[in-house]
Amino acid sequence: MSTGPILSVQDLNVRITTRRGIVRAVDGVSLDVAAGEALGLVGESGSGKSMTLRAIIGVLPAEGRITGGQILLDGVDLVPLSQAELNRIRGPKISMIFQEPMSALNPVMRVGNQIAEGTRVHLGYSKSKAAERALELMRRVGIPDPERRFRAYPHEFSGGMRQRVMIAIALSCDPEIILCDEPTTALDVTIQDQILRLLSRLCRESGVSLIFVTHDLPVVAEICDRVAVMYGGQLVERGDVRDVLLDPRHPYTLGLVRSAPDVEHVRDSLVPIPGSPPSLVSPPSGCRFHPRCGFAQDDCTVQPTPLRDLPGGRSTACLHYERCAEALAADGIGHG
Amino acid sequence: MSAIPLGGQAEPDLAAIPAEHAQPRQARRWYRQPALMSGLILFGIILFLAAGAPLLTSYNPIAQNLSQTLLGPSAHHLLGTDQLGRDVFSRLLYGLRTDLRIACIAVLFPFCIGTVLGSIAGYYGGWVDTIIMRLVDIVVAFPFYVLIIALVFVLGPGQRSIYIAITLVGWVSYARIVRGEILVAKRQDYVLAAQSGGLAAIRIIGRHLLPNVITQAIIYAMSDIVQDMLAIVTLGYFGLGVPPPTPDLGSMINDGQNFLTTHWQLTTFPGLVVVVVGLALSLIGDGLADLIRPGQA
Amino acid sequence: MADADAAVGTGPLLSASDIAVHFPVGSQLAARARHHERMLRAVDGVDMELDRGDALALVGESGSGKSTLALALAGLRPVDRGQVSFDGRVLPKHRSRADLRRIQMVFQDPYSSLNPRLTVGSMLRELVRVHHVVPGGEADEYCARLLTLVGLGQDAMRAYPRQFSGGQRQRVAIARALALRPDVLVADEPVSALDVSVQATILNLLRDLRGELGLTLLLISHNLAVVRHLCDRVAVMYLGRIVETGSADQLFGNPQHPYTRGLLAAIPRLSDSAAGRAQGGPAVVGDPPSALRIPTGCRFRTRCPIAQARCETEDPALRTGPGEPGHQVACHFAFTGAPENGAAGANVPAELSAEMPAEVPVNPDGRA
Repeated sequence: MSTGPILSVQDLNVRITTRRGIVRAVDGVSLDVAAGEALGLVGESGSGKSMTLRAIIGVLPAEGRITGGQILLDGVDLVPLSQAELNRIRGPKISMIFQEPMSALNPVMRVGNQIAEGTRVHLGYSKSKAAERALELMRRVGIPDPERRFRAYPHEFSGGMRQRVMIAIALSCDPEIILCDEPTTALDVTIQDQILRLLSRLCRESGVSLIFVTHDLPVVAEICDRVAVMYGGQLVERGDVRDVLLDPRHPYTLGLVRSAPDVEHVRDSLVPIPGSPPSLVSPPSGCRFHPRCGFAQDDCTVQPTPLRDLPGGRSTACLHYERCAEALAADGIGHG
Repeated sequence: MSAIPLGGQAEPDLAAIPAEHAQPRQARRWYRQPALMSGLILFGIILFLAAGAPLLTSYNPIAQNLSQTLLGPSAHHLLGTDQLGRDVFSRLLYGLRTDLRIACIAVLFPFCIGTVLGSIAGYYGGWVDTIIMRLVDIVVAFPFYVLIIALVFVLGPGQRSIYIAITLVGWVSYARIVRGEILVAKRQDYVLAAQSGGLAAIRIIGRHLLPNVITQAIIYAMSDIVQDMLAIVTLGYFGLGVPPPTPDLGSMINDGQNFLTTHWQLTTFPGLVVVVVGLALSLIGDGLADLIRPGQA
Repeated sequence: MADADAAVGTGPLLSASDIAVHFPVGSQLAARARHHERMLRAVDGVDMELDRGDALALVGESGSGKSTLALALAGLRPVDRGQVSFDGRVLPKHRSRADLRRIQMVFQDPYSSLNPRLTVGSMLRELVRVHHVVPGGEADEYCARLLTLVGLGQDAMRAYPRQFSGGQRQRVAIARALALRPDVLVADEPVSALDVSVQATILNLLRDLRGELGLTLLLISHNLAVVRHLCDRVAVMYLGRIVETGSADQLFGNPQHPYTRGLLAAIPRLSDSAAGRAQGGPAVVGDPPSALRIPTGCRFRTRCPIAQARCETEDPALRTGPGEPGHQVACHFAFTGAPENGAAGANVPAELSAEMPAEVPVNPDGRA
């Protein structure tokens, strides 16, 4: 049992070159994931959460580069590694599942072969041994009738089944950590429920860590132990899932919670977050959220706002985080 | 939120950085496309030469001068004269003019007819679509040149026959292209919205669908002009094109054949002109296609 | 804002009777070879009523037929059986312009629901002109008021859709839907393509408009939280049929159909915890059956935790619950104590059929 975190991202910077200028997609992000832990990474489109995942596993778009920071997987820094070296790590140590299983699976290759491919390439399994392992994995992820389904093609599967196939592929070489990029966003609610339970169970049974990216707060609540909230390429809050979601310490997190309709309580009016996401080419000075923040004060526009640790294992980037608790109390919202 | 942030503040969608919605910049970008620009410049030169023919040469292209036949290039006759004493350079310019004009006009009819039939077929589907597509199949079954030559032969040589023949044969490509685009475009919600608004089908096709799908047809039209020019030149070569003595690149090539070893310029230069025009139009077509593709409008 | 010519009916404003919408898939031969039906029954016998001023939600997952039903009600898709009535009058198969006007839609995808080549102004003016909503000279002023109503400024009139964000586009779409002064607004997943913080603005807008204009709203959504926020009544659809319908309180407070219960149980909640949820199995197991192979009897039985033998042979009809007017459920065991275990066992994975089901588009339109 290792004592330190499996994955430690320190001060990661990702820059993307576009016609409009240099986009600071990920700006000074630091995360730790312990063995067997599920870390949620929450944000809306443009927050940089997907880019962070892609940077970790090394599949940034052509125009993107890591310009700073370290990514320590089991103590080894991934940033300076070449693609060839990264290829040896992808699969056995770290793998990824995506949002759209149809485009992540090869449409002209049988599903069983796709699951078996990893073990053959990385672990040197023979064809039959890899096939056996594939069948075992298919059973593990809950694909019925695996012998039959082994020879099927992705288009013969439903969305939920394809996602299970993708999970099986991700598990095939027993990685230490699986990166999940909105894997259930495109699925129906009942299927999402199945997949989330599956991931939860796998996480607990085999001790694999997860980083789960999503924009859906309740999903994070269901599957993650800790959560980090991103906005404008930066981390704005981090901590235990129940703490952050039920007692947010950053106005953006508070905004997310208040603006989402709740199936359990009907609120009179949802409180949207005014304004629109910041330009990442020339972001606002100081706190990037200040133009949209109801609690903004003068110092918010000037000072940079890195994450600061708070008691209780939490962190926030907000200089005036106490306002959040006050606002919640005023709302009268208490989630039990 | 009262006012919309126009222009610059549209948020960049990070997840789609490689295929960024770049439409606002599209209109400003066209002059940076090398293919498009070089094609346009080249075509501009060609147009200038063709349009300015009367200004660029003082010789009458059909005036024969039997005492000055088959002269080589000189100060008086830039490219020499042909076997009937006519100035080759003037014939080249006027021939280019004729052929270009015929080709452009000849493209217009198939473009319009094909677009209309294709839109109807694509939008309505059902038996209308079946009938039109069967017609297309029938025409397509014949090789292009065979059909053109046969038609012109039957109708008798001359400009009118060329127009008719090319129209009857050429509309099918446009019909297919437009039909295909419409089949896809009509699934867009804005078409449903227009139908829900009780707008007449003609209005929906003409005002809502066509502007969004016509670009592919226009791009095709560029290469079609080239193809039609070649067809006209070929017809001319077989003596089925524009009747003499009107200068025509095809008949010039044909006539010059006999003198290939001694006065190669008689055949070669008209041929080169055809090639250059084809090149210019292809560049324009390619440039347009590149423009359209990344920011699919 | 009610039109001067709107009849003050006593019955429901919009009603549907035994609506069925079918899509032929492939050829007869292929269907027989693959052991499925030729007709994809997207909507398979639906009755529903929408009263004036009501807000009804059609809820379901992909394949439920909710979007197809909405399109059929709006007159944008022909029905293969049954009829749609508006204010007591049966609507003909090909609706007139005046009829189409009464029911307007807002679509799910803000990026394909606006014509990229038309400015917002041209689009609105065209509709206003064609229907003579206001006398010609007042058209511009009317359009300006529409934009203000949805919270957009006047510069939007000259702008093209590409200059707007997703949330703003939906506002434009709502303005367009309202331009013809419809009686019913059908909103097909109006916020699911938007970011969470933007969803709130659109939801608030819809709610406000309902209040201000007295609109009757038909909302299509898979998101029960959104439904709860906006609607008074809910109808749950599964594989082309309505399986439960009732007021929001009835459905959320006392769901009777196993599918509704499963749906509610499957929704992740903020108050969940990872450890808590890991207990027990998923709320609804297996995959929905293909709409080309609808199970005999009760169509939900292949995934139902309480399925019994009779569910295989008898197709339950919608029955009103005793003491619960307006709450109808299509289940043999609704409003009774449910049996402990289903005959099929606790976890019945779907598609245990011998053949590999060929993947077919649930709805050739690409809509759920």
